[in-house]
Parts: sequence; C-alpha cells; structure tokens
Amino acid sequence: MNPEAVATESRVVVESDRDIVSARQQGRHMAVQLGFSPGSATLIATAISELARNILLYARRGEVTMRMLESNGSRGIAVEARDEGPGIPQPQRALEDGFSTSGRLGLGLPGVKRLMDDFRLDTAPGRGTTVMVRKWVR
Amino acid sequence: MNRSSLDSTPRRGLMQVPILKQGSHLIATVQSALTDADLVQLRDAIVEQVGRTRARGVIIDVTALDVMDSFATAMMRDIAQMIRLRGARTVIVGIQPEVAFAMVQMGLTLEGVTTTLDLEEALEHLGERGDGKRKP
Repeated sequence: MNPEAVATESRVVVESDRDIVSARQQGRHMAVQLGFSPGSATLIATAISELARNILLYARRGEVTMRMLESNGSRGIAVEARDEGPGIPQPQRALEDGFSTSGRLGLGLPGVKRLMDDFRLDTAPGRGTTVMVRKWVR
Repeated sequence: MNRSSLDSTPRRGLMQVPILKQGSHLIATVQSALTDADLVQLRDAIVEQVGRTRARGVIIDVTALDVMDSFATAMMRDIAQMIRLRGARTVIVGIQPEVAFAMVQMGLTLEGVTTTLDLEEALEHLGERGDGKRKP
C-alpha cells in the first residue's frame, strides 16, 4: 500500500449510527487527500452525514460510495448514497426548504444540495433512493 | 479503513463525553466525533447531572466535534430546552467557522441557544447571570 496514493473509491455500508460517522470520516479523509481545504472537507462530511442518516432513517440499510473525480485537470469528489428502501413519495417536496430541515427527522436534501456543486435525486416508491452529489476543488 | 478503529473502541455503556463539575456549572467537553447514540447519551447524562448536582449552568464545548448535522443540532437544541425547563442555563462553546458555515448552508439553527467563542466567554456569561453572583 502506497500511503501517497489517493484512494479512488471508498464504500461504506450504512446500517447503524456508527456507520454514519465512519462514512463522513472516510469522506473527509478522501476530500483532504484530493486537495479540498479543511473547510470544504467539513461541508462534504456534513453532506455525507446527512445522506447516510437518511439511509438509516428511511431505508435502514444502504451504502455510501465516494469516488475521485478528474476532469480537465480539476479534481473533485462524487458521493452516491443508495438504498433499496421505500423511496420518496413526493421527491419535489423533499427538495423544498422547510419541508425537511426544520424537523428532527428531515431529509435535509435542500441543505445537502447547497453544500455541494451538483445534486441528483433518483427515487420512486418501492424502488429505493439514490442521491448523487459532486463537489469540485476550487 | 476507519471502521476497524471505530469498532475497537468500546462504546457500550461508556460515556464518550466527560462531564465535569466546576463550581455551580457543568462542563461537557466533546473530544471526538459522536454517533447519534452518543449524542442521546450526552443529553440524558447532562439532564440527569443537572438535577443531581443542582448545577446552575451547563457548558458544552463542541470545538472537537467534526460536524454539526441535523441530528447533532437537534440534540443541542433539546439539551438547551430541557436544561432551561430544569431551571438552569446552557452555553454551547467553540462551533468552528467551517462547521458554522455548513450549518448555515444546511439551514440549521440554534435559535434560543446561547453560543460563545470560547470557554472563558461562556463562564463569564454564566457567572454574571447564572447564579446571580458576579465574579470579584
């Protein structure tokens, strides 16, 4: 194992609250390795924490995958939170502010969207939920 | 990779956050990332100790907390509210600038909860109004 090498992919199975911490710590670690500032790494870790908690709250089990991105000399991180839970019945509402973040068990998706550069939500009742977010090093 | 080190940490029954009594205040110092269960345990321990020690003020130092997501923020609001109902006061200390920025982006607020930059300021705040006694 070369300690200098940047891990290009990291995957965390989420099925307990400790996995939330594990996912966000691995995400932060990867973000710093990719050249994100500690401040940006905190934003990424916060987004991962929120996405992992959604998995635990709504699907009970799923996984968070973090990948290195490279495009035109820029680096970034992609985070995919995937579960096979019940899906979000009203995805457009889940993306509205106030629907989620004010409550304790909110999805926090509008917040996650603001923390990252790109955001994609793929969900349907009975088909599970996948959230894909990306952020680029500035 | 971090998983193994987390797993090797004995957690069950062990309080992750030490709570010290100093004068008429309790000081809880977060020392590492906390799981949701750790946060719930912290809330319960603080509320219990405020009753037992008759503390007038509670200081929670979150300088070492890695993130304040929706759950952590809700727990801090809960603690402050419960402590207020128990007749004491809570001050949250040391929210780091990047953590504060993430909270604002997430739309998370600590309305009604006193926050200060450092422990000294928190003690000053509680000392003047917490027990009615001013420091000499």
